[in-house]
Amino acid sequence: MIPMARAATTADAFNAVAEPRRRQILDALAGGERPVNDLVRALGLAQPQVSKHLRVLREVGAVNVRDEGRQRLYRLNGHALKPIHDWVKTYEASWSERFDQMDLVLEDLKRKDEGDDGSDE
Amino acid sequence: MTEVTSSGSATVTLPTDEEILITREFDAPKHLVYKAWTTPELVSRWWPGKRGEMKSAEIDLRVGGTWRYVMEASAGQEVGFHGEFREIVPNERIVNTEVYEGVPGGDDDPALNMVTFEEVDGRTFLTLLTRVSSKEIRDMIIDSGMEGGMQEGMDLLEEIARSLR
Repeated sequence: MIPMARAATTADAFNAVAEPRRRQILDALAGGERPVNDLVRALGLAQPQVSKHLRVLREVGAVNVRDEGRQRLYRLNGHALKPIHDWVKTYEASWSERFDQMDLVLEDLKRKDEGDDGSDE
Repeated sequence: MTEVTSSGSATVTLPTDEEILITREFDAPKHLVYKAWTTPELVSRWWPGKRGEMKSAEIDLRVGGTWRYVMEASAGQEVGFHGEFREIVPNERIVNTEVYEGVPGGDDDPALNMVTFEEVDGRTFLTLLTRVSSKEIRDMIIDSGMEGGMQEGMDLLEEIARSLR
């Protein structure tokens, strides 16, 4: 039996899905439930690597798994992913706001820079 | 009407349990981005975003010099941050500490910020790496983003919904 994973936090989940290969897996699962072999083919990775990534995703609740006959079927757990997305995206949005304001400041500076022939230091 | 080149949005990643990495590209050369980052009058124009008004910005830009920003948030309360400059390479890189004044004892455990400015073809790629002493503090910083207005939240919902299809 697989030992119970420690309680996953939103931050753990974020880190889990931040890895590019794991994002690819999530993308591949976005279309629906798929067996491991399918994912191995889709990603062009060796099965042990894919399994390792799937384990990480399972531990944070990003994917669910079930056995059907000899196959292990994985599916996306969008419900678990939404809070992760919200969590960092909201923080990201506050910085985006700042940087959007900074774009305006930079437009001003660029105009001045051109006007002064770059000699305004 | 002024045409503003949108240079894309900020990207936040969490490289380790104690770090937050923010990256953003700007349609301007790095000496101007650096100037906007380090000049008090200019910082006052962008740092509060749309969340309030800057009350003061003090920057003593030299190694060992201090900085302090105070913003009046929409609800009327003042929010202060301060720190010290550890390393300065003009137009290239700044390392400074950062303390949020809303938490007692913050000075004993400041965050460390490393900002880099890299120019390619007249555009500047900015990275801001924040390193704190624990995962709890890092998560608290991320959580602070949740204080943002509802409208912002509503705008994001659409984007989230799209990305989770």
